[in-house]
Amino acid sequence: MTILPDATLPARQAATPKPAAAAPAAQGSTTDHLQLVVVGHVDHGKSTLIGRLLFDTHSVPDGKKERIEAASKAEGMEFEYAFLLDALLEEQAQNITMDTTRVPFHTERRSFTIIDAPGHKEFLKNMITGAASADAAVLLVDALEGLREQTRRHCFLLSLLGLRQIVVAVNKMDLVDYRPEVFEAIRKELGEFLGKLGVEPAHFIPISAKHGEGLLKGSARMPWYHGPTLLEVLERFRANPPASGGPLRLSVQDVYRFDARRIIAGLVESGSVSVGDEIEFVPGGKRSRVKSIETWPQSDPAPRGPVGSGSEVAVTLEDELFVERGQIGSPVSDRPYEARTFTARVFWIHDSPLRSGELIPLKLGTQQAEARVLGIQRTLDAVTLETGTGTTGEVKVHEVAEIRLRVRKPIAFDVGGKVPALGRFVLMRGRRIGGGGVIDSVVDEPPENRGASPVSRSAILGHRGCIIWMTGLSGSGKSTLAQALEQRLLSSGILSAILDGDVLRTGLSRNLGFTPDDRSENLRRATELAIHLSDAGVVVIAALISPFRVDRAMAAERAKERGVPFAEIYVNASLAECERRDPKQLYKKARAGQIQQFTGIDSPYEQPLAPDLELRTDRESVNDSIERLTQLALGLARPVEQAGAGADI
Amino acid sequence: MNSEMTHLDELESQSIYLMREAFHGFNKPAMLWSMGKDSNVLLWLAKKAFCGHMPFPIVHIDTTYEFPEMLEFRIWAQKHYGFELIVWTNFEARERGIGYETTDPVTVTHELKTVALQQCLAAYNFDALITGIRRDEDSTRAKERYFSPRNAEFEWDYKDQPPEFWNHFTTESGPGEHVRVQPLLDWTEIDIWRYLDREKVPLPGMYFSRKGQRYRSLGCMPVSKPVKSDAATIDDIIEELKVTRVSERSGRAQDHHERNAMQKLRAKGFM
Repeated sequence: MTILPDATLPARQAATPKPAAAAPAAQGSTTDHLQLVVVGHVDHGKSTLIGRLLFDTHSVPDGKKERIEAASKAEGMEFEYAFLLDALLEEQAQNITMDTTRVPFHTERRSFTIIDAPGHKEFLKNMITGAASADAAVLLVDALEGLREQTRRHCFLLSLLGLRQIVVAVNKMDLVDYRPEVFEAIRKELGEFLGKLGVEPAHFIPISAKHGEGLLKGSARMPWYHGPTLLEVLERFRANPPASGGPLRLSVQDVYRFDARRIIAGLVESGSVSVGDEIEFVPGGKRSRVKSIETWPQSDPAPRGPVGSGSEVAVTLEDELFVERGQIGSPVSDRPYEARTFTARVFWIHDSPLRSGELIPLKLGTQQAEARVLGIQRTLDAVTLETGTGTTGEVKVHEVAEIRLRVRKPIAFDVGGKVPALGRFVLMRGRRIGGGGVIDSVVDEPPENRGASPVSRSAILGHRGCIIWMTGLSGSGKSTLAQALEQRLLSSGILSAILDGDVLRTGLSRNLGFTPDDRSENLRRATELAIHLSDAGVVVIAALISPFRVDRAMAAERAKERGVPFAEIYVNASLAECERRDPKQLYKKARAGQIQQFTGIDSPYEQPLAPDLELRTDRESVNDSIERLTQLALGLARPVEQAGAGADI
Repeated sequence: MNSEMTHLDELESQSIYLMREAFHGFNKPAMLWSMGKDSNVLLWLAKKAFCGHMPFPIVHIDTTYEFPEMLEFRIWAQKHYGFELIVWTNFEARERGIGYETTDPVTVTHELKTVALQQCLAAYNFDALITGIRRDEDSTRAKERYFSPRNAEFEWDYKDQPPEFWNHFTTESGPGEHVRVQPLLDWTEIDIWRYLDREKVPLPGMYFSRKGQRYRSLGCMPVSKPVKSDAATIDDIIEELKVTRVSERSGRAQDHHERNAMQKLRAKGFM
């Protein structure tokens, strides 16, 4: 048999699809897979419960059980169900679970992944890591010990993480002789505590994990209990929140330009997206319609949507917008908030406390921004649910607090559980997540004072900063014209500076190549630098090949956002003429194959469609070009002189 | 696709999300590929994530003990998918005489896979490695994160792993360090087969029964043993997996050479 895939094809074709009803739900076509987290105080029996569930549902591979039995024997220990999970030797030695473990198992009705979160206080971060991705939780309470510190803390975190499907299993009923009054007392106390958190458990179930009572079938030892077994409840939980009826929220992960397509890749956090939908990208507010939904392998006909919540998606737009990672695609009629200041409840899981006044990186969806901790309103005691009084300077590890944050640039988010994924964020401590939070409300604030404005600088200088963006092929005359323009402006008393592509490439952008992405990044840097200089009052003469329309459009948009006047100048000479000039012998090298991705030869140049000025340097004289260019630059830098009284300086 | 996503849809979306995060977050990622079934799912998902492109190199750590049929598949797949393939072998160790003929399988695995990977990483300066490991393969892998940092010595600090939730991951690494990105972590063996079937992903033929046996997990020739099986199609394999209680890697000798072999291998940097 050869290795080619075709070898398996006939068999596939021969196989007839089974009707969904004939197959157990676990293999069905629905989303019937439950992510389950098991939480509770240390030693209340989490690992034993999981081990027992695996064993009773025949989900343990033979090899694994044998290995663990042999290992237990070697260590001189009696086999316990918990060991099925605690596979690492050192865990067995210490009798604790080290880290979040995920174990798949299935019953006749559905498949599960159990996320085992540890009970030890120092491993809270792992419990959160596990619980944050779960659909449902089993909260274990030891019948003998009752509610303990971590029982309450875990309840609080489950509520903050937004987990709503919770079943309470009162374990070790064998140790209290299966007496109903013990169970009832715990049910009452825990029910009241959870009530304060707004959490209503689906059921309270008395069990003994060690003896398998109350797990798969009703317990003969507890005839007084008439409710469902633990497995029945687990099989009834919803495997996924119902498909979100909320508005579209498309978190942009990246923009790809591997080929002619400009693909916006991201995640549909809620709602759905179809070809033809009008989408606004927040922050920023640019709009376009979805032109296509890209797939691989390409299907025929191409999908038109809708692509629903929870799914990754790749789209192209009808217009060439500058969209970037972090923006949220949303319906024009129902956009997320775009703001800088908000209040949030946070939990902190890093040893180094979160301090009032500190500046800390915040991530929300695919957005990232520096956030200032404006104040820590009060810390909540997750055990007593009592709030601390007044303000405090810091949030320590494992504490929960209400804080006020201001990010340095506006971000997009939702509040009040509208789209949970966009209402929560993490705060980074170094490379690690230091804590997480849920946004409670938006805080209005007056416009900030940015200090000296470009307007007052222009009063001193007698002119304002602006960007003269010269695009064209290599050898079209950009540098020559730029130098001449600079001389003319300086002699008119106008502060000006040249931003030359070749110079950028030796410094600011020396780590970049000439792929489309690297070219984009080079121009992004050039744009930002030009904006800073213009803000300071300088007339920036950018002499850059800048071959792609979208990059130039991005530069113009950024300048507009920042209130910087911008003009696009097309320095136009035919390729033949540029190649004839070849001042740096680059065309020669490109033709010889010594340089790759050279604009005009093996990389495209997209002509401006509506430049502010076009200079035909292969037809008109250099002096004529300089004259027209200078007039335009003066008009931008000194609108008062040009336009008379009442101009907008 | 609509709002009724299947479990496979969810796994696929999540894997694609993770790969795109890796591609965005790191300067120089690469993807490990063994030509095995999980590896081929990984490749397929990458093609989907990047709309038919493969924006990072694919690395095959060639131990020199590869099945000839797998090598043929390597040549075929590179042409079929079109990607930059880097094949790396620890020739230095082979010249020292390290091999299954002379050395125990744990040492061979360490030298010809882990050390080879270290050499490759150093040569190319990769700061992230996208791998196809799954949690259900082995109990030590069950503890993994989606983005799992490794220090400059390749060590995995499994006692103090970074928290990871709400789709936020470790996407930075220090000098000499790298991050293992593991998009298939949540997939099970059956998920892999159902997905291979659904998507018609090309596969080496050795996974299917010939003369009453097939390979369930493929590694180096001397240590990969076939299992008794008449499963000649993916449907057969799925049916077989539903009833089997033998673990997937039971045919891999290096895992069982001594107690905790896998833990030792992984702490030192094995996949």
